[in-house]
Amino acid sequence: MDYFLAFLVGGAICALGQVLLDTSKFSPPHMLVAFVVAGAILSGLGIYDKLVDFAGAGALIPVSGFGHSITRGSLMEAERLGVVGLLTGALEFTGLGVTTAVFFGAVIALAANPKP
Amino acid sequence: MASPGAKKQKADERAKYQRLAASIVPKPPLVRNAVVAFVVGGLICMAGQGVMNAFMSRGLSQDQAIAPTLATMILIGAVLTGLSAYHHIGEFAGAGAAIPITGFANTVVAAAMDFKREGYVLGMGAKMFIIAGPVLVYGILSGVLVALVRWLYRG
Repeated sequence: MDYFLAFLVGGAICALGQVLLDTSKFSPPHMLVAFVVAGAILSGLGIYDKLVDFAGAGALIPVSGFGHSITRGSLMEAERLGVVGLLTGALEFTGLGVTTAVFFGAVIALAANPKP
Repeated sequence: MASPGAKKQKADERAKYQRLAASIVPKPPLVRNAVVAFVVGGLICMAGQGVMNAFMSRGLSQDQAIAPTLATMILIGAVLTGLSAYHHIGEFAGAGAAIPITGFANTVVAAAMDFKREGYVLGMGAKMFIIAGPVLVYGILSGVLVALVRWLYRG
């Protein structure tokens, strides 16, 4: 059941992004920025948490879940450490992913060349 | 020096041309694109759910499983990009490949590979976040601001 909900909600978010690309003047980077900001705001309103409870990875894997994870980490650490936590917590959930992207991105780019 | 009349005529002609061009340029196949994005994006999220379940079955809570799940999916996206495979998924599925976190990894690794020819420091080093950078900048900006507001108005 959790696989089905992840497919359904994750797919719906991606389809929404595709419709935005096809019907507006948004370029892909604009669309991605819009989704990450929307995720951060919906998280602050408590809506995205409910979506994560409902759909798990279907809500967390899309880039809107990245925005949610930043808000959530920031808020979680702020409750623990005070105002400093707002900053230390921002990459609480996403820092591992960002480091992975930088480290393995560099290693792979050094080892492989783009196909012409 | 163009008279106002000639200017108006020119604008009329331009408007006519734009109407003509708009009627000829093919419209993107909305339904086909949305369905493909739905299916491919959904499948990637399903794979993410599988990774998350694997971490949770080893005793992590859902919260604790988020970071390793994102990192694993990023690693998968990075490797598929290195093998020049993600590019094909992206061409086929559009937002279905771009929105999942694997697409984030794809933009980083593809940029690093492409800009390597401009040098290791000013090419690869400086430009690997050319697309993923805005996502990080506005994600952190909005995330921290939203968290600040929530924290100030905590009950």
